Amino acid sequence: MNLGVAVGGLIAGIVVWAIIVRQLTVKPWELQPAGPTDELQEISRSKTIKVGLWVLLAVITSLFSLFIAAYYMRMGGHGDALALDWTPVPEPRILWLNTALLVGSSIAMQWARTNVLRGRRQGAFQALAIAGLATIAFLAGQIFAWQQLAEAGFFSPRNPALAFFYLLTAVHGAHLLGGLFVWVRTLLRMRRREHELIDARLSVELCAVYWHYLLIVWLVLFALLLST
Amino acid sequence: MAFVAIADRDHEHAHDEPHSWIRKYVWSQDHKVIAIQYGTVAILIGLVALVMSVLMRLQLGFPNTFSFIAPQDYYQFITMHGMIMVIYLLTALFLGGFGNYLIPLMCGSRDMVFPYMNMLSFWFYLLSVLVLVAGFFVPGGPTGAGWTLYPPQAIAAGTPGVSWGIITMLASLAIFIVAFTMGGLNYVTTVLQARCRGMTLMRMPLSVWGIFTASILGLLAFPALFVSAIMLLLDAVAGTSFFMPAMSSMGETTQYSGGSPLLFQHLFWFFGHPEVYIVALPAFGIVSDLISTHARRNIFGYRMMVWAILAIGCLSFVVWAHHMYISGMNPYFGFFFATTTLIIAVPTAIKVYNWVLTIWRGDVHLTVPMLFAIGFIFTFVNGGLTGLFLGNVTVDVPLSGTYFVVAHFHMVMGVSPILVVFGAIYHWYPKITGRMLDETLGKWHFWLTFLGTYSIYLPMHYLGFLGVPRRYYAYDSSIEFIPESVQFANEWITISAIIVALVQLIFLFNLIWSYRHGKEAGPNPWRATSLEWQTPETPPKHGNWGKQLPVVYRWAYDYNVPGAPDDFIPQNVPPGPQTPAGSHDHGPQP
Amino acid sequence: MALALVLILLVVATVLFHFLSPWWFTPIASNWQTVDATVNVTFWVTGIVFILVNLFLAYAVYRYRHRAGQKAHYEPENKKLEWWLTGLTTVGIAAMLAPGLSVWAKFVTVPDNASVVEVVGQQWNWSYRLPGNDGQLGKSDVRLVSLDNPFGLDKNDPASADDLLVPSAQLHMPVDKPVKLQLRAKDVNHQFAVPQFRVKMDMVPGMITYFWFTPTRTGEFDVLCEQLCGLAHFIMRGRVVVQDQEDYERWLASLPTFASTQAEIAGDPAAGEALYATCSACHGAQAEGNRDLNAPKLSGQAAWYLVRQLQDFKAGRRGTHEADTFGQQMAPFANMLPDDAAIRNVVAYITTLPEVRPAATVLGNPERGAKTYATCAACHGAQGQGIWSTRAPRLANQSDWYMERQLKNFRDGIRGAHRENFDGAQMAAIAKYLTDDQAITDLIDYMHNLGAQPGAGS
Repeated sequence: MNLGVAVGGLIAGIVVWAIIVRQLTVKPWELQPAGPTDELQEISRSKTIKVGLWVLLAVITSLFSLFIAAYYMRMGGHGDALALDWTPVPEPRILWLNTALLVGSSIAMQWARTNVLRGRRQGAFQALAIAGLATIAFLAGQIFAWQQLAEAGFFSPRNPALAFFYLLTAVHGAHLLGGLFVWVRTLLRMRRREHELIDARLSVELCAVYWHYLLIVWLVLFALLLST
Repeated sequence: MAFVAIADRDHEHAHDEPHSWIRKYVWSQDHKVIAIQYGTVAILIGLVALVMSVLMRLQLGFPNTFSFIAPQDYYQFITMHGMIMVIYLLTALFLGGFGNYLIPLMCGSRDMVFPYMNMLSFWFYLLSVLVLVAGFFVPGGPTGAGWTLYPPQAIAAGTPGVSWGIITMLASLAIFIVAFTMGGLNYVTTVLQARCRGMTLMRMPLSVWGIFTASILGLLAFPALFVSAIMLLLDAVAGTSFFMPAMSSMGETTQYSGGSPLLFQHLFWFFGHPEVYIVALPAFGIVSDLISTHARRNIFGYRMMVWAILAIGCLSFVVWAHHMYISGMNPYFGFFFATTTLIIAVPTAIKVYNWVLTIWRGDVHLTVPMLFAIGFIFTFVNGGLTGLFLGNVTVDVPLSGTYFVVAHFHMVMGVSPILVVFGAIYHWYPKITGRMLDETLGKWHFWLTFLGTYSIYLPMHYLGFLGVPRRYYAYDSSIEFIPESVQFANEWITISAIIVALVQLIFLFNLIWSYRHGKEAGPNPWRATSLEWQTPETPPKHGNWGKQLPVVYRWAYDYNVPGAPDDFIPQNVPPGPQTPAGSHDHGPQP
Repeated sequence: MALALVLILLVVATVLFHFLSPWWFTPIASNWQTVDATVNVTFWVTGIVFILVNLFLAYAVYRYRHRAGQKAHYEPENKKLEWWLTGLTTVGIAAMLAPGLSVWAKFVTVPDNASVVEVVGQQWNWSYRLPGNDGQLGKSDVRLVSLDNPFGLDKNDPASADDLLVPSAQLHMPVDKPVKLQLRAKDVNHQFAVPQFRVKMDMVPGMITYFWFTPTRTGEFDVLCEQLCGLAHFIMRGRVVVQDQEDYERWLASLPTFASTQAEIAGDPAAGEALYATCSACHGAQAEGNRDLNAPKLSGQAAWYLVRQLQDFKAGRRGTHEADTFGQQMAPFANMLPDDAAIRNVVAYITTLPEVRPAATVLGNPERGAKTYATCAACHGAQGQGIWSTRAPRLANQSDWYMERQLKNFRDGIRGAHRENFDGAQMAAIAKYLTDDQAITDLIDYMHNLGAQPGAGS
């Protein structure tokens, strides 16, 4: 599994590298044999927005990677051992349910995407609604997990493990809230203006990518929390 | 429903230029207006930081003379001066200002790809500046922790502004990062997606390359500052101990325990070092274009220049701990970071060589932008070389924490980029306003700024060798190794600094006066090749290009092409008998 | 044209400045000549590049300036030239990096025979600890820090009992013996820096950092803090005295052990009462002070401060300046106290005396004074209550006329001028910023009001 990922990554890296090298070794002062007309491409608005989303995801990746790096460095304290004040937090069981909800919302998003690509407006609308509701349930579950921890007497800023738990879940939740904002807008638009399915399709596609991405982030965070 | 291609909806909107004044100049989504908004706010807040630097210098040059500059004021000034100059002036001006103005024009697009978000970016930036300025009015004043905001000191007793100032500072930084992210997404996506026909990556002017790479750096590096700001904020207000260790502050044990001050330093510099290049790379790019245009010669070694920008961008993420050689981190890291740091000097040096080699065998017009560009080469060579002292771990040890560091980073990150900013404003002002800036005033501005800043920073290096520590409010006579002559040096530096600060008034006057009274510029006063000079109107209207987007046939450096009658060929001129394409070496191709 | 000339002149001026400026490294006092050598290598390499690049730039600007008929040479790139330049640069970089890394390898390797000294930094003073006969430093924890145990040593650790504590900011070292400084901070980051030794290191709370060197010449060297540590960062000062073995051992013998400082019995007020009889003649029976006799109020002042001042008078660190008339009057009385035990006894008695509020005698503008006091508050506390860790005495409810005089004495170099009075020197440095007498009057009036607030100084 890991080997497969590694090999796949390596191949992808080589391909990207080759494309970059090919692009960046062009001598621009020479007349390009291909000629400028070949560069003619319909500037597609939807493609641009998708590229924008991917750039945004890169930024969010950087953000969470740094949080995770900080988590490990803080956990390690000043030496090799666990920091003295680091008391591992027992993960509330509800997190498993929450994870399932988020997986469900991601699947629903995918379903919505499939529907909207095939032009099934009603199905897309329903799937999208389900995805968002599952996400809201996920967020409610997260808050419930916070409360459980607080009631279990772990609520103290002095334990960095706990502080990180709240911080990471809060930052992840904030990103989902941002997604829900777009989700509400998309729903309203689909309800109101049927003829703008084109717009809706793009929104649904973007939402799907964003939801899958945040699911991955959550799985990584959850694994991190479980493993420490 | 059948599959419907999502067509380019660009042209539908291209001409609905807003008519109300508010939509046009305040809530504007036009990248050029946003650029000017960004630039204006950046320069205004920069002036505040300039005044603070003069106040600091007054204290150092004439200690115990100005009773209104108490130690806490001094530390608040150095903190705010540093933070404003690095983030709210230089980052905002290069990316929000020049990036916004130049990217769409130079790439041949109508606007940024997400104009609404671009507008939001500016308003968030303005909000961050307002929150920053609010720090001056909260009880206790702004934070005096130094612009690096190292904990525990930033939120511990004994530091000015520890109650409110640090909170407004961190909040302002967080807002700024949101603003920058919205802008940065635009810059990167616009370069990737909205270049006009024929504008291949390798035909982009180096300004765009520099700003593009810096935007990517910013997008990936600012999260580190965001993370550290949020965690420090929680340490300050919620009592967590991410960074705060157990300590006995003012004789009493605090509630903190176990946090790692070094973790903050790692995060901060993981942002902080790329930040240097977030400012430097746009300057590198812009100055390349200034030199090429005014030396009437193609930029020498364009491909090497692009590769160097990319190499510097990548390497800038693996050198951060050279700010921490003697921070107490594992000293073995020193080997790695000294090596990477010195490696980064190679692409940087190549850029310098290529600038000089562009001037060599050129047809050098000593216009005001060119004066600033050449001034930049001189100061950057100086500041870059002193970087080799501080990057080399052993040499850094005696020099760190002294005025050598202050002199180094002001030369390389203060004076050099600012000279480029000035050069760029003199260069593009005619495109922005349709009028030239006054040349005589410009020359005075250049000479006094260039010589004045060198007179400030050259002696500072030597104070650093002597071991005079930085961030000292005063040097009382009890430090025995500091001779009387240091006081003289401080007076000299202060007087130079006051002169340089006053000279900027000439520049401001020029900006305002020339707006109405400057010489008419025409569309392309510098006879430059890049696309922004080929707009149908000057200043360009909303949508930039009228009905037809430009088509690009060549790179941006066709100056004095052999066989061409004119000494420049704009990028959008198709190849023909009078306008050959192709290099001297290979001859025009069929 | 002018530009080319100016560039050449700037290069010449820079080189001249380099050779003529009076500011260069202080004469080295440690084994790290290799550091200086690396700096010199760097200087040569970068200096040559600086001269060559800028002179070439000046030449190019002059030679290829715009004239009628001047045409630029179209040449997109020159691979050979660019690779040559890249290669040469790489060689130059390697020439600087190699010595740098090899010296750093020595820096990170502490010699086995290095003796260990602990440096403790806190806002805004230094203290030091040496291992006693057992050669081991006892455990410490910042949570144990208190007035009676300022180093925060663990009493249960047997290794700590014989640790030698240096109660002053002055550290002695034997010449030509390698020493490993082990650095610790109690509150915020600091840095232990002696420019003559060339090497230095940050001190980080929660960590122990270190560096090593061998002092190679005798003398006295200033210790500076070079990591911003708050308001009084610039006057956080110490001293290293490098001396020969004999003198060093004499100093070593004078140091108290941790066990002995813990064993010091608290003063006995009953015994102090008799001793105080002498004092009461001037300071008053209730230690309420007497302006006519120039004797300040003592009651309510912190015991540790009174003890230290009596010790300073006794040791000549205070009351020896020729312009300090009243200090000179006090000194012989302090000398009448035979030893530290007597000092503690008399101070113990003074602390039993009731608080009385002294009348205001200095009237100014307290609102302006409040602004000035923001600086003072960093060490003396927002309520003027005094803070032991910053070694700053209580100001609230003390004789205002006395504080006014002392503040002027500090400012004018009459008090705090003694070489070994580090606290006094710190106060003297900050008092310099009170440039006019009116500011002092305003400040004193404000400080007097601090005493009026309920709970102040309790």
